[in-house]
Amino acid sequence: MSPYAYIAPFFTLFAAFGLFPLIYTAFVSLYRVELQTPGDMEWRGLDNYTVLFTDEFFWISLRNTFTIGVISTVPQLVMALGLAHLLNYRLRARTFLRTAMLLPYATSVAAATLVFAQLFGRDFGLINYVAGLVGIGPVDWQTGTVASQIAVSTIVVWRWTGYNALIYLAGMQSIPQELYEAAEMDGASKWRQFFHVTLPGLRPTIVFTVIVSTIGATQLFGEPLLFEGSISGGISHQYQTLGLYMYEQGWGFFHLGRAAAIAWVMFLLIVVLVGVNALLAYRRSRKEAVR
Amino acid sequence: MTTLADPPVTPPAHPEKPPHRRARRSRAGRTNHAGKLTYAILAVAVLVSAFPFYWTVVAASRSNADLAQVPPSLLPGPHLLRNFEAVLEEADIGKALLNSFIVSGSITLGTVLCCTLAGFAFAKLRFRGRGALLAITVGTMMIPPQLGVIPLFMLIAELQWVNQLQAVILPGLVSAFGVFFMRQYLVQSLPDELIEAARVDGASTARIFWSIVVPVARPGMSVLGLLTFMAAWNDFFWPIVALSSSEPTVQVALRQLGGGYVHDQSVIMAGTLLGTLPVLLVFGFLGRQIVGGIMQGAVKG
Repeated sequence: MSPYAYIAPFFTLFAAFGLFPLIYTAFVSLYRVELQTPGDMEWRGLDNYTVLFTDEFFWISLRNTFTIGVISTVPQLVMALGLAHLLNYRLRARTFLRTAMLLPYATSVAAATLVFAQLFGRDFGLINYVAGLVGIGPVDWQTGTVASQIAVSTIVVWRWTGYNALIYLAGMQSIPQELYEAAEMDGASKWRQFFHVTLPGLRPTIVFTVIVSTIGATQLFGEPLLFEGSISGGISHQYQTLGLYMYEQGWGFFHLGRAAAIAWVMFLLIVVLVGVNALLAYRRSRKEAVR
Repeated sequence: MTTLADPPVTPPAHPEKPPHRRARRSRAGRTNHAGKLTYAILAVAVLVSAFPFYWTVVAASRSNADLAQVPPSLLPGPHLLRNFEAVLEEADIGKALLNSFIVSGSITLGTVLCCTLAGFAFAKLRFRGRGALLAITVGTMMIPPQLGVIPLFMLIAELQWVNQLQAVILPGLVSAFGVFFMRQYLVQSLPDELIEAARVDGASTARIFWSIVVPVARPGMSVLGLLTFMAAWNDFFWPIVALSSSEPTVQVALRQLGGGYVHDQSVIMAGTLLGTLPVLLVFGFLGRQIVGGIMQGAVKG
């Protein structure tokens, strides 16, 4: 058999269900396409984009995507780094600890969100009950902009912190032990070793996790959809993300063309964000090389 | 899915440290044993990880009135079976579970096969355009498929596949990560000499694939299979677009539960529990391999 026969099954599926939809999205975004009659396409030029940029809810969801992205990604990665550092000690029950950390990752977005929506209930939720014991609250986790975004971000943080901790742990274990020994001989404290050996050694891993989390945050969808079950992301769109806004336009209001325009905006946003990340990482590593 | 029952994987890039390094470490006088504080913090992290699961069991086994009580009850109650019955009736979780098994099982088998074939070609065969094709595959690995759902939906509508399981299965077979993962695995664990020796003996490439490549690749295939199964079971966006509540997967049914059709919180939690149980079982038995697969993928990626 020719070598091409081996790659043919993958590339046939890849072309039809992976590459084609991705590229064709840009094309569809220039047409008016209705959900019920996806076969009829009417040329509209850049209309979908103009409508988008004049829609207040587009800007709200763009801002929400950004703020939720920051509130969910930053604590997640910082805590993951700390946990990885602890998991890197010589531990009893090591396999158990690692598996337990990964448990949330095995849960679906839908299941996790339904449970957290219950925990974050305003009147009878456990979180408000515990907050009440220490004199806080009751917080309205659904209506308030900041509160609801924190609640939605909590679900993301819960699901992904353990996963990232294991990625960091793998990175830490590939740092040569000799570097720590040398640092120790120079009298560097544990704390200094962490900052001057571990962190630089982890840089490629950190860049990788930042990029993956950024991509995940840009297309956040299931958590805001199921937090209250509304496609507008709360009464005043207070936690609607771009992913949810796209779904609302396409499958709530039947404007597939406009949804495609949103998808394309998200794609460009990801390209820019990943580019900025990569550039920052590249410049920092060059600076250190010079030093 | 017999490959899943294989003995624990010991992949070549396994991150455990070899024993001699430990000895050297202690000679250097490093006290790398974890202290009490470390265990305490890790215990808190484990509790936070596990608590939502415990709470799901508690809420699923109580009546709705129990859940609207202050202070809330923190122990499981007697109503688990009744709530299961209710959710099986109201959201058709039974059909959803069956569909999810069909979808995730097919995706897992198909993906592992396609990715092993392509990974083998990229790792060990020479052909024109190999570098470029691999670059395209790896280059699109990071692009979220969610961005292509609109044309994909139009395609599925054209084929009249909306609300049919193949609409979810076929796109689910595309895994650029899987191809890259299997390629890396075979580059590291399949020596060229083995293939050349078989060629000298007159074996065809197809013969080589089935009797040499697949046995060597099996541990990698089972890790990829596990990761694929979990991802397919948990996939959310595309199934809710392509399917409806008359032909649901578990995630579609959970979306329906959370969409306000069912008001009984304890019934919703019972559905969540049923929908999560299968992956939790897989995770309970094969968690070590999944942890290994993720850490291994991290080192290679």
